[in-house]
Amino acid sequence: MLNIDSLQTGIVIDHIEAGTSMRIYDLLHLEKLDCCVAVIKNARSTKYGRKDIIKIEGEKNVDLDVLGFIDPNITVDYIKDGHIVEKKALTLPQYIKNVITCKNPRCITTIEEGVDQVFKLCDPKTRRYRCIYCEQEYERPHC
Amino acid sequence: MIRHLLDPLDLSVAEIDQLLDLADDIAANPKKYAHVCDGKKLATLFYEPSTRTRLSFETAMLNMGGSVMGFHSAATSSATKGESVADTIRVVSCFADICAMRHPKEGAPRRAAHFSKIPVINAGDGGHQHPTQTLTDLMTIHCKKGRLHDLTIGLCGDLKFGRTVHSLIKSLARYENIRFILISPEELRVPSYIIDEVLKPKNISYQEVTNLESVLPDLDILYMTRVQKERFFNEEDYVRLKDSYILTEAKLQAAKPDMYILHPLPRVNEISLDVDDDPRAAYFDQVQNGVYVRMALMMTLLGVKRPC
Repeated sequence: MLNIDSLQTGIVIDHIEAGTSMRIYDLLHLEKLDCCVAVIKNARSTKYGRKDIIKIEGEKNVDLDVLGFIDPNITVDYIKDGHIVEKKALTLPQYIKNVITCKNPRCITTIEEGVDQVFKLCDPKTRRYRCIYCEQEYERPHC
Repeated sequence: MIRHLLDPLDLSVAEIDQLLDLADDIAANPKKYAHVCDGKKLATLFYEPSTRTRLSFETAMLNMGGSVMGFHSAATSSATKGESVADTIRVVSCFADICAMRHPKEGAPRRAAHFSKIPVINAGDGGHQHPTQTLTDLMTIHCKKGRLHDLTIGLCGDLKFGRTVHSLIKSLARYENIRFILISPEELRVPSYIIDEVLKPKNISYQEVTNLESVLPDLDILYMTRVQKERFFNEEDYVRLKDSYILTEAKLQAAKPDMYILHPLPRVNEISLDVDDDPRAAYFDQVQNGVYVRMALMMTLLGVKRPC
C-alpha cells in the first residue's frame, strides 16, 4: 500500500467519495496553495470500501464551506503536533458560487458573459438549492 | 441605498400597504401628482414586445411630469451587437433616473440590478416574475373587496407556466386567512415547489380541482389565465380542457354577486365577451390600476415625497 506520512500540522479531508477528490481539489482552489498537498485516490475504507483523501500540510485558512454541499459524508480534521485538535462539522453553505451551473435554458446565465453561477439554499432539510437569477432548482445527479 | 423591485416579495406587507394607499390617493387625486416627477427620466428597456406593460409604465411617468426613453425590442438595442445586460445598464444609469426592464431571459433584471446605479423594476422576465402585475392584481383586489385577507381566491387555467399566478400566490400567502382554489387541467397544475415551499409551510388552505363550475359559488375572487395550446401533448386534450375554462355570463350565475373576475390579459377566449358588461368583470379596471400602482412604485423607489 502507498505510504503517505502523517501530517504534523494541517487539514485532512477524509471519506471523500472515491474518484471525486480532483473535483474537490479544483473547487477548493488548492492549486493556489504553496504548501504540500497530497491527493490519495481509492484508499481502502472499512465503511465505504474505497474512498479518497486530501491532506493539506501547514495551511489552516482554506474555505471548506462548499464541502457540505458536495457530500455531507466528508469529514474534516484539523491537525496540530500530529494530533486532531478540531473536527469541523460540515454545514450547508447559504450560497455556492461557480460550483454548479443552471440548467434552465431560459436563464440569463446561459447568455450573459462573465456572470457567476450563484445558487442559494432554499431548504436545508432537503438540501435544495435554487439559481439566484431564475430560481430554477438544482437537480442533483442520480447515482 | 438603491432599491429595486425584482420580485414581489422584495416589498414587505407593510410596504405594499403603503404603496396601495399611495396608489389609491393617486387614483382619487391625479392632478395632485401631475408634477411630482418633473425632470425625472424613465428608461423602458424592453428586450421583447409588450403593449400594456410598457405603455402603462410610460403613461405612469408622463402622468407625473417626467419623461421617457428606451427601446421596445432587442432588435433596436445594442443587444444585437452582443452587449451584455451588465454593460447596458451601466450605460443607461448615466442617462435615466429609473428603469423598467422586460427581458426574455429569467433573472436578467436581477443581473442588471447588480450593476445599476438607478432603481431597476422587473417588468417581466421570461416565465419567472412580473412583480408590477402582482401589485396591479393586489390593488384591484383591495379596491374591489376592501381587504387582502379573509378571501377565497380561485386561480384558473395555466397554473404551471403562468408567472403572474405564482407571484400572486406568493404575495397573497402573506395575508391572514387566505384560501386558494387552484383550478387547472392535470397537465397545468401549480408547480410542486409552490405547494411545498409556500403553501404547506404556512398551513395555508388550498384545494386543487379540475372543474371550474363546481367551485364558483365559493370564490371571492376568480383569477382567470389563458390555457396555452402549445403546452399540450395532444390536440384532443387541449380542445376538451380549453372549452371547460371558458367563463360565460351563464356560468357566472352560480357565482357570488360580489365575486370579482381578474385576468392579467391578453385574453383569447377564456372569458366570453358577454362577461365584459358584468359589474364583476374587473380586468379592465386592473389595467387602469396598473398605471396608478406603477406611479406609486416609481415615486417610492425614487424617494419622491407624497405631496400635501
